[in-house]
Amino acid sequence: MDFEKSFFETPSSARLTGIWSWLLTTDHKRIGLMYLFATGFWFLLAVLLGGLLRLELMFPGQTLLSSHLYNSIFTLHGVIMIFLFIIPALPAVFGNFFLPMQIGTDDVFFPKLNLMSWYLYMLGGVIAIFSLFSDGFPDTGWTFYVPFSISTNTNVSTAVFAAFVLGFASMLTGLNFITTIHRMRHPKMGWLQIPLFTWSLYATSWVQLLATPIISVTLVLVMVERYFNVGLFDPARGGGPILYQHLFWMYSHPAVYIMILPGMGVISEIIPVFARKSIFGYKAIVASSMAIAVAGSLVWAHHMYTSGMSDTAVFVFSFLTFVVAIPSAIKVFSWVATLYKGAIEMTPPLFLSLCFIYLFSVGGLTGLVLGGAGTDIHVHDTHFVVSHFHFTMFGGTGFAFFAALHYWWPKMFGRMYNFKWAYIASVLVTGGFIFHYVPMFILGLQGMPRRYYDYLPQYANGNFMAGFGGLFMIVGIFMMMTNLILSLKRERNAPADPWGGVTLEWMTPSPPPLHNFTGEPEVLDYPYDFSKVIEKFARKPKES
Amino acid sequence: MNDIINPVALVDRSFYFIIGFSFVFLFAIIFVMIFFVIRYRRSIHPVPADIRGNVWLEIAWIFISAFIALAMFVSGWQAYTGLRDVPEGAMEIEVMGQSFSWIVLYANGKEVENEIVVPVNTPVKLNITSLDVIHSLFIPAFRVKVDAVQGLNTYAWFIAEKKGEYFFQCTEFCGIGHADMTGVVRVVSREKYDEWINKEDDW
Repeated sequence: MDFEKSFFETPSSARLTGIWSWLLTTDHKRIGLMYLFATGFWFLLAVLLGGLLRLELMFPGQTLLSSHLYNSIFTLHGVIMIFLFIIPALPAVFGNFFLPMQIGTDDVFFPKLNLMSWYLYMLGGVIAIFSLFSDGFPDTGWTFYVPFSISTNTNVSTAVFAAFVLGFASMLTGLNFITTIHRMRHPKMGWLQIPLFTWSLYATSWVQLLATPIISVTLVLVMVERYFNVGLFDPARGGGPILYQHLFWMYSHPAVYIMILPGMGVISEIIPVFARKSIFGYKAIVASSMAIAVAGSLVWAHHMYTSGMSDTAVFVFSFLTFVVAIPSAIKVFSWVATLYKGAIEMTPPLFLSLCFIYLFSVGGLTGLVLGGAGTDIHVHDTHFVVSHFHFTMFGGTGFAFFAALHYWWPKMFGRMYNFKWAYIASVLVTGGFIFHYVPMFILGLQGMPRRYYDYLPQYANGNFMAGFGGLFMIVGIFMMMTNLILSLKRERNAPADPWGGVTLEWMTPSPPPLHNFTGEPEVLDYPYDFSKVIEKFARKPKES
Repeated sequence: MNDIINPVALVDRSFYFIIGFSFVFLFAIIFVMIFFVIRYRRSIHPVPADIRGNVWLEIAWIFISAFIALAMFVSGWQAYTGLRDVPEGAMEIEVMGQSFSWIVLYANGKEVENEIVVPVNTPVKLNITSLDVIHSLFIPAFRVKVDAVQGLNTYAWFIAEKKGEYFFQCTEFCGIGHADMTGVVRVVSREKYDEWINKEDDW
């Protein structure tokens, strides 16, 4: 195959060379890859921190970490995972790289703003590290609940400021994507011809743009409170601590949909390709993405059933929580129905997507236990919650991230990875995951609270099991990443379309040229029409 | 006394209902998924069908899942009202969270720390507040949990049907001593309780 020069060889401003061709680039693909390395670094760091927490909990009593250190580490684990990994991971890495390609254009609408978002993201990360080495890392949990976060002596303000800066990176990326989807689509691509991953990013971007300002304001208020002692949230001065919780969750609950929606989009891309069959219910999936974005913004106070807010509020928020479960269920049904009468080829990305469906279903269903008003009272703030949100955020978004890596890796780098090791690693991560988090459900039902560095003796067995599973999971994650990185030493010979995909990113060489397409991309009337792919592979004998 | 419904039963019923349904649902989804992947693998099923959706099927699963979700909501809400509706004449105890212990104050002025002593088969209402940051009182055996917030009065109630010791813990992260903020609910016979409550503080 003849190679047009890929974007790796053609800097986006032609005069840039070496490191500057990356640091000053406005090419959405290079920016996507820079996000990939940054988020990858934070992810692995936070995984190791999480491992430390579980190691401490494996045996009763204080073993490895002091109470203070444990509190700092779970705060750090949460802040890094949420603000530096899960929120930016899928939109900023794969969204940046593939959103313009999926809609048949050559870049985002504001390329310079895109670069600026990356710098804000990096700045936020640097400030977070700085807060660690200045005054002792904050020990408030990622939720920064007042009045504790106001009264503790550690460096909360700096950490809060880091989250504030990261919020701007997130908002600007959202703004950029919305504008790009509206203004830069291929002239022949109508709204209902947009691939589902891009649709999910569209829904996500609105939430990013509309919800993030609330947390930004709230975090500024926390800083104001700490520096000037105004008494906004401190009950001792007549402030309202519950008000803070409302403001915090008004962003942070929509934020979990910022995290999961792009993951659902990834799965909606992968399953049809390997079933070689149209996605089941394209319009229903689009509608459910938008429904999740809207309804998901109205359920924030289901984190607060025990906070002392009124029973009426509990009633309303519990009801809305069950409403938001419905569009998520529709997506799961549609994915499974897509497999029906397909021609299914097992590959690492499909395997990881099936693991996603399993883990995300568990996460979603346990969410119903937490949405129910009476049942939530018992399991709120226990290990049940810890397990639930790891099933959705890690089993969901994390596995979607892994699946996206394996799906788009050949497109991004032009190299295929070793399948055998990819499978072994995936099995280790999934198996480890189940043994890691299922015991936490049981611990939670037995009443073990979260954020405890030590526990009552009856919780010892569950914690030991969980630590053991966690070990396998961590080994699997590092094995998976190593396998992908080692593929970079291979020959760059991945075909333009290794899987038989139909979205536009597969209509161009791997890795893509600077302006994404060599000719005019052909937009399909229906975005998941596989008839041409089926024809092409029917003519070619297998193993070509 | 007999007409008081112990909310523990309501909460547990809701747990069984939601978790039971979830298991059925999960196994059905995963079974069908695995079956499709094996049955329609490319080596034995090389030509896929072209099915893009099915309106009736989609409408059906929207309504079925909406109905199940609604039933779960109702069961959860019933359990919640059971936890909130305090029976008349319940014995009242003041509980104050502070970093890092629980102060328990009885009507006759008796004050203890990290220990709540109650008579068996008597509804007990705990009036809860905090002296500093937010704490949360969690008694797993009675399925009750409520935040302790300075300047705000919250409550929980329970009825203990068996004598024994039940632990409670703080579940709202409050700092270094968070994990040590545990205590015991001691459920004793009426006579023992009367004896205990009238004894001068022995600590």
